[in-house]
Amino acid sequence: MKPAFSVICFTVLSGTGYGLVVWLALGALFQPDLAVARLGYPIAFVMISAGLLSSTLHLKSPSRARFALSQWRTSWLSREGVAALATYLPLLAVFWGLFVDGRHWHIAALLAAGGSMVTVFCTGMIYQTTRAVRAWATPMTSTVYLLAAITGGGAFCLALQVIVGTPVPMPVSLAIAVALVGLMATKHFWWRNLAAPSASTVATATGLGKPGDVSLFERPHVTENWLTEEMGFRVARNHAARLRRISQALLTLPLAALLVSLALGTTGIPVPSALATVLFLLGAFLERWLFFAEARHTVGLYYGSSHA
Amino acid sequence: MTALPAHTEKKLGLVIDLDTCVGCHACAVNCKEWNTGGDLAPLSDTDPYGADVSGTWLNRIHSFEVTDGDDARLVHFPKSCLHCDDAPCVTVCPTGASLKRTEDGIVLVDEDRCMGCGLCAWACPYGAREMDPVAGVMKKCTLCVDRIYSEDLPEEDRIPACVRTCPSSARHFGDLADPESEVSLLVAARDGYDLMPEQGTRPVNKYLPPRKRTALPTPARTKDDGPPLTGFWKWLDGALEKLP
Repeated sequence: MKPAFSVICFTVLSGTGYGLVVWLALGALFQPDLAVARLGYPIAFVMISAGLLSSTLHLKSPSRARFALSQWRTSWLSREGVAALATYLPLLAVFWGLFVDGRHWHIAALLAAGGSMVTVFCTGMIYQTTRAVRAWATPMTSTVYLLAAITGGGAFCLALQVIVGTPVPMPVSLAIAVALVGLMATKHFWWRNLAAPSASTVATATGLGKPGDVSLFERPHVTENWLTEEMGFRVARNHAARLRRISQALLTLPLAALLVSLALGTTGIPVPSALATVLFLLGAFLERWLFFAEARHTVGLYYGSSHA
Repeated sequence: MTALPAHTEKKLGLVIDLDTCVGCHACAVNCKEWNTGGDLAPLSDTDPYGADVSGTWLNRIHSFEVTDGDDARLVHFPKSCLHCDDAPCVTVCPTGASLKRTEDGIVLVDEDRCMGCGLCAWACPYGAREMDPVAGVMKKCTLCVDRIYSEDLPEEDRIPACVRTCPSSARHFGDLADPESEVSLLVAARDGYDLMPEQGTRPVNKYLPPRKRTALPTPARTKDDGPPLTGFWKWLDGALEKLP
């Protein structure tokens, strides 16, 4: 599948922003210090909004996006839009509480956290319910989307706490470590599932014989078309193993090093902690790029792909 | 509405005979010709006279080589929207542009509501939908809804353009919900089948498999066959042999 830059930006940036909202809500419950929240919420707000705006860039007729909230009964994309807009309400209430009237913002923070997770889950479900792309059609897909958002948001929250100088409670570090391990484990099995054979073959796509008996002789046209460009993206597959290792390293090593150094009681590490977060985000971009670029669509079977 | 109807009164669709299709692409050409001039936005082409020509088509003809032991044959394979009963392209649409009609089961795009997100094309396992880069909306086979119900066209033209134009009668149009319709009888007689049934889309369009090939007679004459040449022909054979 073609990795559209606008969609990758959207899922990574908004996802991380939504994850940060979750950690800030936990912080609101357990930490009376408002410095992290006052820094964190604007950052999360910018990331979420930039991501959502970026997602509209891949629309060919963006003015009709005004209809996109209407089909929430059947469409996960519509549900995602509804959840994203609905989450803005408690998020704005949090801003009111933090900067104008300092009371009762904790409930809004919890609502915003819940809305954030629902939004990210809907994003994951858009891909998970696409049966024609077998690599996506697994519950691991939405799990990875949720865990990537939570881990990324956790990394941001951690960096903010270190920068502001608030002590990072041990349970927070531990929870981020657990989310990171969960993300990498799920992603490991997701990649393993990617290599499994599909029920759809050239034989089932054409009904013309047993697998191995049917092969494409001639495409409909000699040049590429929208379908082969949108669904037949091949560049990543040549370097897939290498790119996977790079993304795995970027996602785990800097964040793990930060968590270990915090556990050892190291202080005065604002720059390394910010760097670790940026590297994690780079890893998340690469992981998301591969999520699209490596996935195969069944339409490839009509254009000469040996498997879907 | 993007909820699929539980039941459609008719199931209008195509039956495509892979035995008689000669791969002439006339159906695709006539489809493009008709649908580029209808009520909907035209089917655009980009760089039509250049090296990187590309265009939006609602029907494309693929050709497959099918081997069976020592035998190999070429099967031309036209493919357009299958108007699935369980159409995943409809339910994923966020704007309500994608719809399946209750009265006849035709899957359509309401272009005035389509925002061009492309999700329906991802959801379709068959590649039946193509984004028009100029109009910015999703395009797909309408089963020539503007022909089949037309009151202006002569009776014989009230069928999809691809069916009307097919020179080898490889395309048939009708109501597949009616077991007595010509297309249903054809499907029953020729073991018509679904494409990618494992995708759970329950397509309405059916494909008729190529008939079993009758064994070809052994070639009448091979290089060394035949009686020895005599007379004039023997002289000519030798004379031609001597030429440089």
